[in-house]
Amino acid sequence: MRIQTLSPIVALLSVLLIPLVSHAGDIRIGLTEALTGPASQYGVPIQNGFLLARDEINAKGGVNGDKIVLIEEDERGKKEEAINVYKKLIFQDKVLMIFGPTLSNSMFAAGPIANLAKVVAFGTSNTASGITDIGPYIFRSSPMEADVVPVTLRTAIKHLNIHKVGIIYGNDDAFTKSGYDVFRKSLEELHIPVVDTETYAKGDVDFKAQLTKLKAANPDAIICPCLSEEGANILLQSRALGIKQSFIGGNGFNSPKLVEIAKAAAEGTIVGSPWFDGNPSVQNQHFIAAYRKKYGTDPNQFSAQGYDALFIVAEALKKIKLTGQLEQDRQALRDVLPHIQIDGATGKFAFRPAPEHAIKPGGYDANQTPFVYIVKNGKFVLLK
Amino acid sequence: MLAQQIVNAISLGSVYALFALGFTLVFGILGVINLSHGGIFMLGAYAALLLVTWFDLSLWIALPAAMVFSGLVGLLIDVLILKRLRQRGAPHLMPMIATIGAAILMTSLAQGVFGSEARRFPMEWFNDETLKLGTITIPLLQAGITSLALVLMVLMMWVLKRTRLGQALRAIAESPRSAALLGIPVERLFHLTSFIAAALGGTAGILIGLSFNAITPFMGQPMLHKGIAAIILGGLGDVRGAVLGGLFLGITEVFAVTFLSSEYRDALSFGLLFLMLLWRPQGLFGASATRSA
Repeated sequence: MRIQTLSPIVALLSVLLIPLVSHAGDIRIGLTEALTGPASQYGVPIQNGFLLARDEINAKGGVNGDKIVLIEEDERGKKEEAINVYKKLIFQDKVLMIFGPTLSNSMFAAGPIANLAKVVAFGTSNTASGITDIGPYIFRSSPMEADVVPVTLRTAIKHLNIHKVGIIYGNDDAFTKSGYDVFRKSLEELHIPVVDTETYAKGDVDFKAQLTKLKAANPDAIICPCLSEEGANILLQSRALGIKQSFIGGNGFNSPKLVEIAKAAAEGTIVGSPWFDGNPSVQNQHFIAAYRKKYGTDPNQFSAQGYDALFIVAEALKKIKLTGQLEQDRQALRDVLPHIQIDGATGKFAFRPAPEHAIKPGGYDANQTPFVYIVKNGKFVLLK
Repeated sequence: MLAQQIVNAISLGSVYALFALGFTLVFGILGVINLSHGGIFMLGAYAALLLVTWFDLSLWIALPAAMVFSGLVGLLIDVLILKRLRQRGAPHLMPMIATIGAAILMTSLAQGVFGSEARRFPMEWFNDETLKLGTITIPLLQAGITSLALVLMVLMMWVLKRTRLGQALRAIAESPRSAALLGIPVERLFHLTSFIAAALGGTAGILIGLSFNAITPFMGQPMLHKGIAAIILGGLGDVRGAVLGGLFLGITEVFAVTFLSSEYRDALSFGLLFLMLLWRPQGLFGASATRSA
């Protein structure tokens, strides 16, 4: 009985509370990343980057006087969850646009919902090809592996005198497998023969059998489109087996963790990345210092991309006048976003239209030149 | 290259063997497939890591402490979950499902506390030292793991065969009810078995964490798959079988990579497992399809 008499009061209270939580001048934006589960190692740094950018933008008075409010959701790195969260954000929370999800797989699943609802979906960590083919409302600020790898390889070949390579990669993971395909294609174009290809499965910790075989094939360098955990382990075990060659990594190698775990074994490793912590630009150095101050750890590529993404959208929002008509505002944002350019923590950024594969129009990919660096004395040093 | 691959095969097999030892013990005595063994394996590694990095203890103190800790976790699972199911006479599938729940709980807990990034023991530990014999490299720690797996196997076989404790345990494995009628403290020995098995699982986690530098909340799951394969291959519940099954699995995997291709590694090793079971459904050492210690 008590509960029944209470419930109207609760209902009344919550109605009264809503205006307190979100007032008229707020710009509500959805942010959905994998905050739990294995993908949280990417999702959490991304979210951190976004929250830092939000605080900085709002501290300076927001966008045209309006504060940015991020509605944060955990999509747990799962397709089903990403779909649920997208529906909630679009239809229930009525957000202006959505950032995330973390993994390409999840964007493939959830992106079409936003595209149908005519809401901008903006990925900052989706590197698989075909993401922006979903439709004209899909944007991403993460360059594809296919953009980064050829630059990495050309730079590595120039510096290391490479004539033949060996490859080791995880063949049961969409991310490392697609990294392998990109490397393979790029090597073919550069006419570099592959003397041995080895694979491993998710969760493997002992790579010595494969590495012993790679060593016997004696390549000039070893290509490893692996994630950083496995990568660090592969480096350590290679050095223990007496392999002296340099490793060339894909996007997954691109993490301070690699050097932190592999230490001396990481020497000579070459990686291409959209972000470089040693990039001396004012924006980047400010970002690194502010991130360290707020979170007490070093940022990585993913946090830098999240951070920049909010500034990209803030720049777009400056150029439109929000009317409060949700559909109209969503469309206005979509129309101005492709023309935005900024100079952020990841360097100069612009969008470029996705290549048109079918009759239907596509979304927008990142147009950015990657950095290529090499590990020297335990530090990432730029290779030119 | 072949000599090096044989060393690689034995060292990989020993890792599986060490994990499978505790796993098979619980099945042999309690008749339960304890799927939380992977979780205990992971917690053992984290416990040692914490003692070494946060409390600055030497590995020689951290190792036994973490072993006891893992044992206590196993005991807790037995008291909180398995005992209750035993008392209700729950069918065999129930404890298996319940331990999946325990494993998920442990993984999520570890993830919440430590995050999902891979961690490693500080570099100063001896995991880099290697023994060089001509062109062959043998990491010292791996040689240690191999010897430990074999020593533990022999020790447990001796305990089971030659001591009064072993006799009691074997009686329980035969029939807990008749053992109780004979005055054997069945419940207490169940607890003891769970403790020992979990301590062994935790030890495996610590040693693998040390030699492969990859401690993550998810490290138990793939090991669990290999562990199940190893004990089925060796004969469920048999201590010799767990070690030899583990070694066999490691050897097939490495030889599949050496002579065929790493692309077909798991297909080949699990295909062989399947053929093996067609020939001997009870596994290498299983006396019959039923449990035995």
